[in-house]
Amino acid sequence: MSGYLAGIVSILGINVIFAYGIYVTAASGQLNLGGAGFQAIGAYGCAIMSSVYGFSVWTSILIAMAIGGAIGFVIAFPILRTRGVYMVLATFAFAEVVAGIIINSEFLGGAVGLPLSDYVEVNAIIAATLLVILFVFYLMSTRVGLAMRAVHDDESVADLMGVNNRAIQVMSFALGGALAGLSGALYALYFGFVEVQYFNALLSIFVLLYVLIGGTQTAWGPLFGASFFTLVPEALRIGEDWRFFIFGVLIVAMMIFRPEGIVTRDALDRLWLRLAPGTRHG
Amino acid sequence: MAEPILQLEAVSKNFGGVVVLENVSFNVAKGSRHALIGPNGAGKTTLFNLISGVFPIDAGSIRLEGKNLEGTPSRRRIGLGMARSFQNIRLMPHLSVVENVMLGQHSNAGLSELLKPIGWLPRSRERLAALATLEAFGLDAHQGQVVGNLPYGVRKKIEVVRALVSSPRLLLLDEPAAGLNPIETAALRDFLIEVADSGVTLLVVEHDMPFVNSLCQHITVLNFGRLIYDGPAAGARRDKAVLEAYLGRRHAEDTTDAA
Repeated sequence: MSGYLAGIVSILGINVIFAYGIYVTAASGQLNLGGAGFQAIGAYGCAIMSSVYGFSVWTSILIAMAIGGAIGFVIAFPILRTRGVYMVLATFAFAEVVAGIIINSEFLGGAVGLPLSDYVEVNAIIAATLLVILFVFYLMSTRVGLAMRAVHDDESVADLMGVNNRAIQVMSFALGGALAGLSGALYALYFGFVEVQYFNALLSIFVLLYVLIGGTQTAWGPLFGASFFTLVPEALRIGEDWRFFIFGVLIVAMMIFRPEGIVTRDALDRLWLRLAPGTRHG
Repeated sequence: MAEPILQLEAVSKNFGGVVVLENVSFNVAKGSRHALIGPNGAGKTTLFNLISGVFPIDAGSIRLEGKNLEGTPSRRRIGLGMARSFQNIRLMPHLSVVENVMLGQHSNAGLSELLKPIGWLPRSRERLAALATLEAFGLDAHQGQVVGNLPYGVRKKIEVVRALVSSPRLLLLDEPAAGLNPIETAALRDFLIEVADSGVTLLVVEHDMPFVNSLCQHITVLNFGRLIYDGPAAGARRDKAVLEAYLGRRHAEDTTDAA
């Protein structure tokens, strides 16, 4: 694999994992606009574990995930007291607080950033991505996944069906934090350097758009969204400025034509019927 | 009266300054087919919401099989043997029919079953049970379809199926026949009689009086949040207060005079 291709595949893998981190919260009805904060926690957590404490690559990754998950778990409680746009603002504020702490911390390298001595190859990122994809598809096929989708659709009826909404929502935040943390750890290890400026508000917006434009109804949505927005600009050799323009046009087009995302349950059912009639069992 | 499964004693509920239910007391006998009727705004759905725990009661008590439900969270009530359907269909629009029905089984699922990939197992115990109940309602052909795309009458029936799969001992049905054509209504009545015969107690809110009269043996009537009749179904048709509530005083007098 050429260096260029390896770079694209790695970024794709990191973005897909990151998108799934946001998807698991969105699938249970909560919008997380603090993705960059969770990814930064994973990236810096991994950098510190690997470079300062000398843990192995995989131990550092696991600890970074655990930190992301634990922080997701803890902040879920205050954030879940808010609703709708206030929840979006609360998660956004969380990411800003994380960036603020990092930039003011000498231990974390401040504005200068932190170098890493270890690294991961593209094959490790591919393996991690495949595992995460498989895990999320598995999760969504379980009764927990069913409960998450029920909470997304109608919290009060889900409650009357016996679903513990609060447990589902807190679990989603913790799991989302762990997956975003994993994507941050892989980012840090692949690029060998972390700087807080990368984990900015625009990154949080982009990853949320991967998920929303891809679609939150099925686990295919974030895979499609992250792949589309990673690969198409590369294929068309579009620079950052045009990327914003395309995002803007796509958001407007999506609001008009596909308000529930590109990959919806209906669209998948129709595709399935065309490809393998009579095999779909719900 | 047979042993009660549900006991309401002096139940009251206010929303702000509006008294929605005032001192409502009645029992639902175990194994009975019991109707709760009344004009629009009588407080029927509010009473269902109090029984299922959507809102707390302001005064009085509600007991299920002798257990006071005060302090029992709404999500735990289904586990006590009580399930309900809704006046306005409240299915999960992005789930398929069979997934909606399997959601109804959630309260019976043990901890170990939470991570079983039921979506990947076409012959899992949960799916087969859901399909069997769908089949009993003639709905199995819709199993894989997303409910948001289905006609009103079909969705209404799926709500009943979803409530049934939790194996309730008390089934609260809020206008189950609304939107169904006469053939579907008759089929629903026959099915509900079968369900009741299997030991499930029915408490049904319904405006379709022929349906109520052919299904239920006992009727409770509410008007403006107060209980005005509680007795055999046949008696309600001759009760002056009930006739007044539905027809107005003048027409009620004409009707009772004619009788």
